[in-house]
Amino acid sequence: MTTQRSSRRRIAASAVAVAALLVTAGCGGGGSDGEGDGKAPGFNAANGKTANASDKKGGTLKFIGTQDADSWDTTRGYYGFAWDFMRYYSRTLITSKPVAGKESSELVPDLAKAKAKISDDGKTYSYELRDGITWEDGKPVTSKDIKYGIERQWAQDVLSGGPIYLKDTLDPDGKYKGPYKDKSKDKLGLEAIETPSDTEIVFKLPKRNGDFEQMLAMPSASPVRQDKDTKSKYGLKPFSNGPYKFESYTPNKKLSLVRNPEWKKSSDNIRKALPDKITLTLITNSDEMDKRLINGDYDLDINATGMEAAGRQTALKEHKGNIDNPSTGYIRYAVFPQTVKPFDNIHCRKAMIYGSDHKSIQNARGGPLAGGDIGTNMLPKLVPGSDLSFDPYGIAKNDGKADVAKAKAELKKCGKPNGFKTTIAVRNNKQVEIASAEAMQASLKKIGIEAEVDEYDGAQTTGIIGNPEYVKKKNYGIIIMGWGPDFPSGQGYGMPLWHSKYILDNGNNNYAMIDDKKIDGMFADAIAELDKKKAAEKYAAINAEVMKGAYYLPFTFEKNIIWRSSRLTNVGTTDAFSGRYDYAVLGVK
Amino acid sequence: MTAPLHDTSAETAPVDPALGDGAGGGKSIEGRSLGRIAWNRLKRDKVALTGGCVVLLLIVVAVFAPLIVSVLGHPPDKHHEELIDPLFQTPKGALGGISGDHLLGVEPGNGRDLFSRIVYGARVSLLVGFLSAMVAVVVGTVLGALAGYFGGWLDAAISRVMDMLLAFPQLLFIISLISVVPNSMFGLTGTGVRLTVMILVIGFFGWPYIGRIVRGQTLSLREREYVEAARSLGAGRRYILFKELLPNLIAPITVYTTLMIPTNILTEAALSFLGVGVKPPTASWGQMLSQATRYYEADPMFMVVPGVAIFITVLSFNLFGDGVRDALDPKGSR
Repeated sequence: MTTQRSSRRRIAASAVAVAALLVTAGCGGGGSDGEGDGKAPGFNAANGKTANASDKKGGTLKFIGTQDADSWDTTRGYYGFAWDFMRYYSRTLITSKPVAGKESSELVPDLAKAKAKISDDGKTYSYELRDGITWEDGKPVTSKDIKYGIERQWAQDVLSGGPIYLKDTLDPDGKYKGPYKDKSKDKLGLEAIETPSDTEIVFKLPKRNGDFEQMLAMPSASPVRQDKDTKSKYGLKPFSNGPYKFESYTPNKKLSLVRNPEWKKSSDNIRKALPDKITLTLITNSDEMDKRLINGDYDLDINATGMEAAGRQTALKEHKGNIDNPSTGYIRYAVFPQTVKPFDNIHCRKAMIYGSDHKSIQNARGGPLAGGDIGTNMLPKLVPGSDLSFDPYGIAKNDGKADVAKAKAELKKCGKPNGFKTTIAVRNNKQVEIASAEAMQASLKKIGIEAEVDEYDGAQTTGIIGNPEYVKKKNYGIIIMGWGPDFPSGQGYGMPLWHSKYILDNGNNNYAMIDDKKIDGMFADAIAELDKKKAAEKYAAINAEVMKGAYYLPFTFEKNIIWRSSRLTNVGTTDAFSGRYDYAVLGVK
Repeated sequence: MTAPLHDTSAETAPVDPALGDGAGGGKSIEGRSLGRIAWNRLKRDKVALTGGCVVLLLIVVAVFAPLIVSVLGHPPDKHHEELIDPLFQTPKGALGGISGDHLLGVEPGNGRDLFSRIVYGARVSLLVGFLSAMVAVVVGTVLGALAGYFGGWLDAAISRVMDMLLAFPQLLFIISLISVVPNSMFGLTGTGVRLTVMILVIGFFGWPYIGRIVRGQTLSLREREYVEAARSLGAGRRYILFKELLPNLIAPITVYTTLMIPTNILTEAALSFLGVGVKPPTASWGQMLSQATRYYEADPMFMVVPGVAIFITVLSFNLFGDGVRDALDPKGSR
């Protein structure tokens, strides 16, 4: 909900990509020793479905990656891959369903016996904890541990970085000062959460919120035991209540998990806990990583940001059975700030949508496999209410070619029949974005629009394109960006982009400067809706309203090419983890 | 380069007999100009001459880029997506899509013609290389000569400024400067602004190198007998500076300039590589290299082509520069 948090995650995500880009290296042949396609279940065999189902225990599951988690502390981590990995050592009241595909975004009880009992006014959520849930020293996990774990979100001065959806929802005025400044003896002074007994927990919301359980399913709602809380150092060795515990961790180098003998399979319906050991090796060169994956040295890329060009080529040609091509839930797009002339005029905005060559932009992003499908609207696949075939501007029609006639007609209506000059703002550390900008520039030239590409410091996003004054000063009529949901809901995805409340002087994400009472009202209505189906319809309507305003030109519904070794079992991509595999159920042959 | 070259036009300076040993050999020894002597030497240096020819060719290519491209290539910004493999984004065909139609192949991703981008890229490289060298030479010569000739507090001041600039992290400064430069200034926009800023800044940071050499030369030259003679005959400062000293500084300045141009070309390439050079879609070799890093194993030709262009250009300038130095400096290594 807070834009800053969301953008933080995006910055983090882009950092992964940057690291990947900077260290481009190769992944040429890579012998197929022991990795013959015969054993691999096939191209897209684990995309949205489970491949190699098995219950065989044992072995070592070997992750590799180029980017370490921002923190392994459940309160502080904001990388999606880290949230996925945290389920090995941390449990929450409820969590996403351990199945592949769309169903994974459903929530199921984990530490709780059942999903919440919600009061009639939709403001009270109560849970009862199940039996046999334990910490790694054998003591039971209590409702107070959960409350304490959630309270840590309030200690932003010590534990910054993680999502604070719960903090914003339970205590929007920020009255509670966090457990480290808590004057009560048990440090459990937060009034919005009550713990009548060790096995009961009750949440009292000041306002209805249909996504509240989604927030409780994030790792940032994990229990933390007070006597084991090492504050800012907790991320170096979190105290486990899941099937695995930390054996050793050297940041940016190595992490290994071993079985937690105190965890009981009978207390957990989610995790399969098949491997005896789980290791993560971190290197800096993403091409080298691809090479090692293809070689069979490792099982999968924990970051799952997609293979590099060379690795992709080898993999697609020689090991097609080992790759999946899932949607990441991101939309890549161009946005037209209304504060920059002539984009205050809807017809000029429409001219951009019609006049761009969508196919050529898709190519610049890596083509249909590595880039994704041509984007047609602004609600990505993983968000309920999304309909990828909804194409109000006919973007995907005619193979994504530009519609020059329509573009010129719109330009005329806008009062600029001969075109105009504008600037495309693009991050200088993202080659793919620069290439997309160039593709857009080339196609706009044909309708008389001279767009100059301005590469700004990609590390300064919040202060450059996130600053509406600066955007205006620099005449950034076109901003190229990407966005994905923190949790699969229109609220988690669209609020920061389209709600007038989120127009900020710095760290703004509502780049289009949409200040529309109608859209704001639609959001309030959709958030208060507790029925998932109806809420999805309401978010779809918001999407349609945003598209009607022509504020955005969607580029692609992003896809990735990710590698899975032939050893992996129970492997399947999930909507809940943005197209990554569900790590908690993986096993090895 | 401690020994000055005597200027035959200065009435007090006799021809150095050592310079006349080259050609002729027959009849009477004629007085020949410095330029002529140096040219005779240069003519015999095949390596330098080859370098010079390549430099000349590059200049011609850069000047006539639109003409060359209209005959042999395609417009540099035209996308040819039909030549790109939709699955891998690499050019269809071997060696990065080299064909009769696309002499050096095409760019991965969008299929722009590499030949025409290399040709247009030469314009940027040479323009920045030459003009920034000019800036450095003019500023460096004037300040260096003033410091050397007048000495005292002026020398101290200029020398300290040079020391300071030499210790300055030039590349970092340019990168941060470019990001705060407005989109339009001096009546230019976009790439024009970037080019101007690059030329001025690279030139600005280059002058101390040439300034030091000129100062050193001036310092030793002003104590020479022929300068003393001119002074005792009542010549003014202006006369001594321009008629007595400057002609003798031309040799080191020429040598240093030819060696400075390739350095500047490399700086431009580095800046473009880092994304603070010319703006897309203007072609620049450094920018092409940076784009090529994405594809360097999938389509190595895309990296080889601009790499070789930079290599050949810098090498020819250096060979030519070395030749010029040898030709102008008889007491050098030759």
